[in-house]
Amino acid sequence: MSNLLEKLLVERDWLLADGATGTNLFNMGLTAGDAPELWNDTAPEKIRKLYSGAVDSGSDIFLTNTFGGNASRMKLHDAQSRVFELNKKGAEIGREIADASGRQVVVAGSVGPTGDIMAPMGSLTFDSAVEMFHEQAEGLKAGGADVAWVETISAPEEFQAAARAFELAELPWAGTMSFDTAGRTMMGMTSRDMVAMVEKLPNAPLAFGANCGVGASDLLRTVLGFAASTPQLPVIAKGNAGIPKYVDGHIHYDGTPELMGQYAVLARNCGAKIIGGCCGTMPEHLVAMRAALENTPKSAAPSLDEITAVLGGFSSASDGLGDNEPAPTRRNRRKRA
Amino acid sequence: MSDEEDIILADLPDDELVQQMFDDLYDGLKEEIEEAVHILLGRDWEPYRILTEALVGGMTIVGHDFRDGILFVPEVLLAANAMKGGMFILKPLLAETGAPQVGKMVIGTVKGDIHDIGKNLVGMMMEGAGFEVIDLGINNAVEAYLEAIENEKPDILGMSALLTTTMPYMKVVIDTMVEKGIRDDYTILVGGAPLNEEFGKAIGADAYCRDAAVAVETAKTFMARKHNQQAAH
Repeated sequence: MSNLLEKLLVERDWLLADGATGTNLFNMGLTAGDAPELWNDTAPEKIRKLYSGAVDSGSDIFLTNTFGGNASRMKLHDAQSRVFELNKKGAEIGREIADASGRQVVVAGSVGPTGDIMAPMGSLTFDSAVEMFHEQAEGLKAGGADVAWVETISAPEEFQAAARAFELAELPWAGTMSFDTAGRTMMGMTSRDMVAMVEKLPNAPLAFGANCGVGASDLLRTVLGFAASTPQLPVIAKGNAGIPKYVDGHIHYDGTPELMGQYAVLARNCGAKIIGGCCGTMPEHLVAMRAALENTPKSAAPSLDEITAVLGGFSSASDGLGDNEPAPTRRNRRKRA
Repeated sequence: MSDEEDIILADLPDDELVQQMFDDLYDGLKEEIEEAVHILLGRDWEPYRILTEALVGGMTIVGHDFRDGILFVPEVLLAANAMKGGMFILKPLLAETGAPQVGKMVIGTVKGDIHDIGKNLVGMMMEGAGFEVIDLGINNAVEAYLEAIENEKPDILGMSALLTTTMPYMKVVIDTMVEKGIRDDYTILVGGAPLNEEFGKAIGADAYCRDAAVAVETAKTFMARKHNQQAAH
């Protein structure tokens, strides 16, 4: 068992992941339009602060500042030639913080979507997606990341391309998708589809799950959807700290640390083993989440009503699985010569 | 090969052909849409009638099913692509025949934001509803919006942001328009994954649109209001 995440998943009942990257960096002066990945080179002290914020708050896993570090995204900042370097630097700073923590902390190399639409609807082919993710993974691996961590993915083909890329890089991995559209991903994938997909992958992840999306309630409904398919792999829950609000020229997420503590406990009861936050989740939220997980015993999975009673309503009536509703009235397809 | 009867589009009477076009738009069959548009033109349909009754009619169904979580982005992109095939044929003819315009929209993702999937979807669905759409692409500074609305004189300005870090920039654009005294000349619609209605109100937009289908419905509502106001003056 060479990999730290694999080891911790065996040893521990639950693991605390990290919170937001963007929200934290924005608070440190990142302005709209900057590529945060460039800070791995130009402002490493801020990235140290970002990682330390998670580690000092009790995270067992934290994600590197490399979310947009693929060639397609970096090209928009004319930095497509710096993919390897910026990912390596982002992971190196992570390695440094993790090794200095005095406990076992996983450095997870964040890999976000390319931002392109997969063929045939869009321009992104499977092979070019693999190539981009592979280049990024090699940088993360060279910088000392324990695992690659693909997140916020909408298209199943893009998720599969990442799996293939990590196989080529020989880097163990975990991955999450965002279920933000009527209970499914933007491209229409359900929680059940995702379980079926990850369990069929030739290069299986160490864990899989959901991140970001609409709010913490929706995310837990997705986790319940995973659990209903009794997945063999551990489940990840990384939900947003509430809903973004506009306050005095800044964006503020309305989820309090206390609420995120309750979210963490509910996430574990829903069946998640790796629990973290996403947008709006600050160090103080992570402290509350860790305390809540440590001080509350695991209990039965909550009902949907119990979730909404604590965390607020869902953004859509359905979880997208179509089990408790009449089948969608798809129009009949006719054929012709 | 098929247990259903093959359909010859040219053999269908008008009403069945339009129904078939609804199905073909729904299934994203571009060639069939192009063929049907040619058939209707050959039957002396006005280009504007083809646009509104067949294409916009069909895309409305697609929009409703997208809004209701029955169709998702891949299917909508294919439908919009089929619609585009039909529009490509009709566009020059619509101009020639002086057909009325549904409305005009300038749309772009705000400065710092490089995401364009949602914005493209709104643009396509707006075109699907018969609007003329000027797409400014991604990463637009306030100057780019101002220049475009001055040159294009749209009815609607649409702004999109996918990041919490970029959504406040929408307010910069709106505030600048207020300063210049041109804010009320346009309907401003905003959208993007992290936005919500409260945010739209807080920054002074006319409306927040949850998805592309809602954007189309909202745009139509504002256009109708505008026409009524003009009629009243």
